[in-house]
Amino acid sequence: MAYTYFPGCCMHGFARHCQDSLYAVFNALGLELRELKDWNCCGATSYIAVDEYQAFTLAARNLALAEQAGLEVVAPCNACFMVLKKAQDYLARYSNLRERIEAALARGGLQYSGTVQVRHPLEIVIEKIGIKALREKVKRPLKGWNVAPYYGCLLTRPYTLRNGMTLEAFDQLIPALGANLVDFELKDRCCGGSLTGTIEEVGDRLVYILLHEAKRHNADVLVTVCPLCQLNVETHQKQFIRRDREDVNIPVPYFTQLIGLALGIPEKDLGLDRLLVPLDRVLEEHPAELRAAA
Amino acid sequence: MSPSFQPSVKYQKQLKRDLAAEILATPGGEKIYSCLQCGTCGGSCPLSGYMDFTPRQLIGMVREGFKQEVIESFSIWLCASCYECTVRCPAGIHVTDVMYALKRVAIREGIYPRRFPVPVLAKEFMRMLKSTGRTNEFWLAFKMLVKTTPLKLLTMWPLGLQMLRRGRLCLTFNRIPKPAGESLRQMLESVGERQ
Repeated sequence: MAYTYFPGCCMHGFARHCQDSLYAVFNALGLELRELKDWNCCGATSYIAVDEYQAFTLAARNLALAEQAGLEVVAPCNACFMVLKKAQDYLARYSNLRERIEAALARGGLQYSGTVQVRHPLEIVIEKIGIKALREKVKRPLKGWNVAPYYGCLLTRPYTLRNGMTLEAFDQLIPALGANLVDFELKDRCCGGSLTGTIEEVGDRLVYILLHEAKRHNADVLVTVCPLCQLNVETHQKQFIRRDREDVNIPVPYFTQLIGLALGIPEKDLGLDRLLVPLDRVLEEHPAELRAAA
Repeated sequence: MSPSFQPSVKYQKQLKRDLAAEILATPGGEKIYSCLQCGTCGGSCPLSGYMDFTPRQLIGMVREGFKQEVIESFSIWLCASCYECTVRCPAGIHVTDVMYALKRVAIREGIYPRRFPVPVLAKEFMRMLKSTGRTNEFWLAFKMLVKTTPLKLLTMWPLGLQMLRRGRLCLTFNRIPKPAGESLRQMLESVGERQ
């Protein structure tokens, strides 16, 4: 099964460990990723605060390019995922917007017909591989790990996932890897987004609430599905520890890093050494051991 | 300090209806007159506790013509785009899109402190995208900090160093190849300014 891969800016920048692990896991699961040629930034949530027509053009150009490739698009960042889906929805719903965007695309010889499907890699793993098959592929069960899932906002808001998939269905990924699922009520609460860099006093509070609650639930690991959440939740821990003297230290791997570990993929291929809060402590306490060949 | 009980009164002539008209023309904002003023948006918002006016109040004020108060409010910059309000609104108002539209008006009219980071970041983001087609988080953060709180750069270097050591700090721009980049620029120009 092959997919068009829309990396988005961060997978080529600060989140290359997420990309490394995504490629490694998809490869191991027999899923192929082909990077979209000449992709551009999706516009995220900042561009639309300056110009909405240009923002929709940015997203639509990627969709039009992806249509030429003819495969489903995988967007591993929640922001890219939502922005592309929203552009599809709004272009279908608002004809005046669509006319304007189509005219702009035509200037570059592109056409958008609305047929392409945008997917998050988590959806693909659950739908195409399935929890049961994944459990069978696990070579190093993450035994004794208490893992809390953190999905962030934009995976299920404002658009619901295909086939009635829910966050509770996604939760099952964690026990499938051999770990204990920590039920985490704040799993789709906002991490603060870009506020942590702009109105820091406020943005920090949102990150803090997540960390504090994860700790209160005795989670050893907070697993994310978005590189932006990953960065936000990871980079601010030191500051809380220093300033508020509260132990909120918790590793925040991207979900394919965790799957990769359980599948027995070598750690260097998963970019574990690139995490700011390393998984070392958890790995020492609960060494994930190779399961005897069945 | 004792509270001041000065009533603030606005007369019909001072109200400005153009903001409501602009929101109505925004995709997602066309239903603001169906707002029931129930407050579900503010109740769902993880940031409403820090806001001067909740989203419900902002929509009410937009409808009644209190343009200045809305555009000058701190709330519009606090929206982090989590879409909690949008999915919960019983009237089907895309509150997040309304907040984007209010940011656009404030940025267009220049109504924000010169060194306030949110609009500065949005404008730098746009500028970078127009020139390279993709963003580089490091340079984006750097440019924003230089233009807003340059002294903060002094406290940021340990994080930068950590990221650099882990190979997560990309100093070079990730440009889209030339002919494609040129055509993207043309598209953005042609869809251009509002009519």
